Amino acid sequence: MAETCWFTPTHEWVRQEGHALRIGITLHAAQALGDLVYVELPEVGHQVAAGDAVAVVESVKAASDVYSPVSGEVLEVNAALVDHPELVNEDPMGQGWLLLLYPMGSLENMLDQAGYDALVQSQTQP
Amino acid sequence: MDGQQVQPQPHPAVPLLMEDSKPGRRAGTLVAGEDVRQALDDLPAHLLRCKPPAMPELSELQVVRHFTRLSQRNFSVDTNTYPLGSCTMKYNPRAAHAVASLAGLVTRHPHTPDAHNQGLLATLAELQQMLAAITGLPEVSLAPMGGAQGELAALAMMAAYHRDQGDGQRTEVLVPNSAHGTNPASAAMCGLKVREIATTPDGDVDTAALAAALSGKTAAVMLTNPSTLGTFERRITEIARMVHEAGALCYYDGANLNAILGRVRPADMGFDALHLNLHKTFATPHGGGGPGAGPVAASKRLAPYLPLPYVLETDGVFRLATAMERPQSIGVLGAFLGNVGVQLRAYAYLRLLGTAGLARISGHAVLNASYVAHGLHQAGYKLAYPQRRACHEFVVTLAAEAERHGFRAGDVAKRMLDFGIYAPTVYFPLLVSECLLIEPTETETKDELDRLIMVMSQIMEEGRTQPELLQQAPHLLPISRVDEVAAARHPVLTWRTTPEPGSPAPA
Repeated sequence: MAETCWFTPTHEWVRQEGHALRIGITLHAAQALGDLVYVELPEVGHQVAAGDAVAVVESVKAASDVYSPVSGEVLEVNAALVDHPELVNEDPMGQGWLLLLYPMGSLENMLDQAGYDALVQSQTQP
Repeated sequence: MDGQQVQPQPHPAVPLLMEDSKPGRRAGTLVAGEDVRQALDDLPAHLLRCKPPAMPELSELQVVRHFTRLSQRNFSVDTNTYPLGSCTMKYNPRAAHAVASLAGLVTRHPHTPDAHNQGLLATLAELQQMLAAITGLPEVSLAPMGGAQGELAALAMMAAYHRDQGDGQRTEVLVPNSAHGTNPASAAMCGLKVREIATTPDGDVDTAALAAALSGKTAAVMLTNPSTLGTFERRITEIARMVHEAGALCYYDGANLNAILGRVRPADMGFDALHLNLHKTFATPHGGGGPGAGPVAASKRLAPYLPLPYVLETDGVFRLATAMERPQSIGVLGAFLGNVGVQLRAYAYLRLLGTAGLARISGHAVLNASYVAHGLHQAGYKLAYPQRRACHEFVVTLAAEAERHGFRAGDVAKRMLDFGIYAPTVYFPLLVSECLLIEPTETETKDELDRLIMVMSQIMEEGRTQPELLQQAPHLLPISRVDEVAAARHPVLTWRTTPEPGSPAPA
């Protein structure tokens, strides 16, 4: 599939799938967190406002909020992560997706691949 | 003898009590006598056990040795240098413990009427005053039984204050990303919404981001100063002014008070309420999960909301304030007077030090941290904020070493254990990748600090030439490298005689 992927400055990725948005955390975020040991997902039907925490990813090092890039309603969550949080580390943009959101608003302040890469570059420069 | 060989070992395994159990073994002193058995005759038959509970059966000496051996494997301030940043694991004088252990205090019944409890209440009233003087805030409640409970109490006070002001829409708490992890957790626990504020590259709160986030919905801003980066927030009075102009309140996390004790008062920086960690700063050992104490201090306008109990004095008579007298109080947080033993240690410690002693604590804490920071910098460790002066703790980053040599912050920390030094805080603050947060505290001698620097210099050298030595450390401890990921993903929290089907075999 060659659909476009957008990124947030807080290290989420977003992919348009029909009317819905699939959301996960980026490879950079997964690597920075290290091995995930727990993923807390919202309930299907949960309504979330843009910029609010919609999930929590927890590694041995830290627990981190995952922010929703847009207001919307949760359509589906990746239940496989409950028993296999390591999927996020192994395949963050694929099998390690977090949730599917029905957006009620438009995506704003999103970065494309080049913009996100530049952001990561600037944050990891010693 | 079944022909098995016994191998000499520096750290023989300590089996679980359940594994050492043999049916019928007893501690002789605990076997019930005839009188006890007769007393049980009164119990209705249906309440009696059919068979004894499945408890381990051991001799008294076996139990004593079991726990003594476990305690000997412990790293503690009494045995090892303990530079665990953000935790202030300093030595706590035995004198403070001796005072808190006096028979007249330890054996006091919690229901002792105030009239018979004047000495204790007077002591706690004096502690309230001493902590008020240290913070510059007029009133202190000793009630909270830990730092996070103190945070929760102060936020509940602030939320109640806003409600009484007709400002109930103030439900947001702004927390810089250099704050303690408990801050956002306490705000969420209090039902408030957390918004994160960015930090500038040189380690201060980003005041532009703060200005943009402040609104009519802001209830409070939570700050630790010095922050978890070990740097003093230079624009703190400006920040407090911005927060107050927006109608919000400033909350001070007292976790890093050791850096400013007797030199700067949080009230003078503009804070409205705070909690103190008596178990970090004031002579109670911690690290084992408690008990602690997190007294809250409040400005005049927040004082009516302080939790109970609160000790009052009228004409030389001490008593506890009643709920009727404090109708705006957020209420009672725990049983009786809180963790009185911890409060008494703080009292004794403060009386031992006096006002002049307080400033010596912060002076030496900052001097020691700066000394170690300088020494490690010389040894090739990269300071995360080299342009800033270290307060009581500082951050180094091993990002370059991780990339170039493949050893990480956690590997350095594990290797330090082999040298009898407790690991610094790793991977926190989250702002700095591959970091160690180092807090030597004021109670280490220069000799110990020199040894710490020497050991860490040597480890840096080892890492550059033979990184696997670090990656597999510790080598000399009873337990080698623990698989933290497996432990977190598949925690085994119960012991069973027969493993549950599908559960991993015990290591």
